[in-house]
Amino acid sequence: MRHWLIPTLYIVFLMLPIYWLLSMSFKTTNEILGGFTFFPQTWTLENYNAILCGYPDVIGGKVPAGCDVSWIWGYVNSLTYVTLNTIISIAVALPAAYAFSRYKFLGDKHLFFWLLTNRMAPPAVFALPFFQLYSSVNLFDTHIAVALAHCLFNIPLAVWILEGFMSSIPKELDETAYVDGYSFSSFFFKIFVPNIGAGIGVAAFFCFMFSWVELLLAKTLTAVDAKPIAATMTKTASSSGYELGLLAAAGCLTIIPGAIVIWFVRNYIAKGFAMGRV
Amino acid sequence: MAAKTENQRAWFFVIPVILLVAFNAIVPLMTVVNYSVQETFGNNQFFWSGVTWFEETLKSERFQAALGRQLLFTAIILAIEIPLGIAIALSMPRSGPWVSVCLVLMSLPLLIPWNVVGSMWNIFALPDIGLLGYTLNAMGFNYDYTQQPLAAWATLIAMDVWHWTSLVVLLSYAGLISIPDAYYQAAKIDGAGKWAVFRHIQLPKMKRVLTIAILLRFMDSFMIYTEPFVLTGGGPGNATTFLSIDLVKKALGEFDLGPAAAMSLIYFLITLLVSWLFYTVMMRNEGEES
Repeated sequence: MRHWLIPTLYIVFLMLPIYWLLSMSFKTTNEILGGFTFFPQTWTLENYNAILCGYPDVIGGKVPAGCDVSWIWGYVNSLTYVTLNTIISIAVALPAAYAFSRYKFLGDKHLFFWLLTNRMAPPAVFALPFFQLYSSVNLFDTHIAVALAHCLFNIPLAVWILEGFMSSIPKELDETAYVDGYSFSSFFFKIFVPNIGAGIGVAAFFCFMFSWVELLLAKTLTAVDAKPIAATMTKTASSSGYELGLLAAAGCLTIIPGAIVIWFVRNYIAKGFAMGRV
Repeated sequence: MAAKTENQRAWFFVIPVILLVAFNAIVPLMTVVNYSVQETFGNNQFFWSGVTWFEETLKSERFQAALGRQLLFTAIILAIEIPLGIAIALSMPRSGPWVSVCLVLMSLPLLIPWNVVGSMWNIFALPDIGLLGYTLNAMGFNYDYTQQPLAAWATLIAMDVWHWTSLVVLLSYAGLISIPDAYYQAAKIDGAGKWAVFRHIQLPKMKRVLTIAILLRFMDSFMIYTEPFVLTGGGPGNATTFLSIDLVKKALGEFDLGPAAAMSLIYFLITLLVSWLFYTVMMRNEGEES
């Protein structure tokens, strides 16, 4: 009995602000500004409609008059650079993590720590130089710029997690495969990668997560074409006054992709957060 | 674990990572170093100014105040989240269908974009129409986080606890489920109490993951920017202007490149130094165990 109390209370505490956001998103602006109501009195889908009405623009159709397409493009832009970043990070982190987990080489420990220092660098430190760097290589306001910039903290993390998972696989696996006549590449892709599938999933989850939640760099590196949903929201929050319902609806929609990816890795989540080293 | 083979060709495996990270890290870092030792009057003309900016930053009351607030915030966050996270992990069920549900619900805050976390708490804590603000005021507290520095701090801390305690829970939980049942049976036979089990079995097993938790929580709370920026904008006054907020104000708002760069480097070095201490401790522990 007592065992259930603490986790339940904690989860209730976690859900309260989320409930409030959800409830706000179904209220009309009049109701929100009119006073405190625990449940929405008049349910409305207007807030969601204002955001999702732009979807024909993404697939090449006609948008209804008066619809602001920057909302839907915000989601598309965010998902694009997050996916790009996840693919790049995992692709380059895999061989590096293998090297760190299997071989000893000159300067390996220093290199590993140097990689980690980039996870420790406050993004605020890099905001201005990043803006200048990506402008000078003509990548400003592109998805790939944000994807590459997020590599700064995602690659070290991916290497760290993958190295943890790889180190828990005995070296005998590699040796047996070589004895059986596998070449390095066929061993790596046909045997090793499937064996650390869970680790790759967890690393991809983390790359997705940290790229999805980051705003400072994404905002600094974009203006119009690749503007993330988070930046669209901050603009609304400051410019159009008190459209809290709209803001709440946009917020609720940003929770969905996260909830979906958590569901996929739910069985590995605890081990994953421990960077595979429990 | 078998010893690692010495192989210098392993460098080829890490080259892509080095190239990408170096592009993102070394070029911008050198830009910052460049600015930090130069003075400019616009027109892209720069003059050598030595360590003036560093001296000025370290002596300025604004920097010291922001650093003080930052340290206090991080200290409070660690003091609340680490024990709370351990307590929750200890009381979670070890197996059964509810474990997955618990874990998924608990990880939800971690996957919400940081500015949405800020907006969410903004809406949640509004004194007149937010659930938290309204309830507190209805209970007779005079609460308004946009006016009262203390209320702003309390709201920020509550928000961070809401946002990140789950990370500590998940890490501690991962450590706990790796303890074999036999350990608990042995403790039972010896007649060990709850505290003794925690002190001699659970805590040592969690040591490694807890170091990771403290390291991550230190780094992230020390770099915190988006959530307080959205929730309080650094105010009321300068009450919640932490280092990152102050830095962005200086660099992108006032375009004070030299002082901002010097402050960046000092900031980065502090983070690096503390993280290095944690990392060394953690690696020593790992060396002992394997």
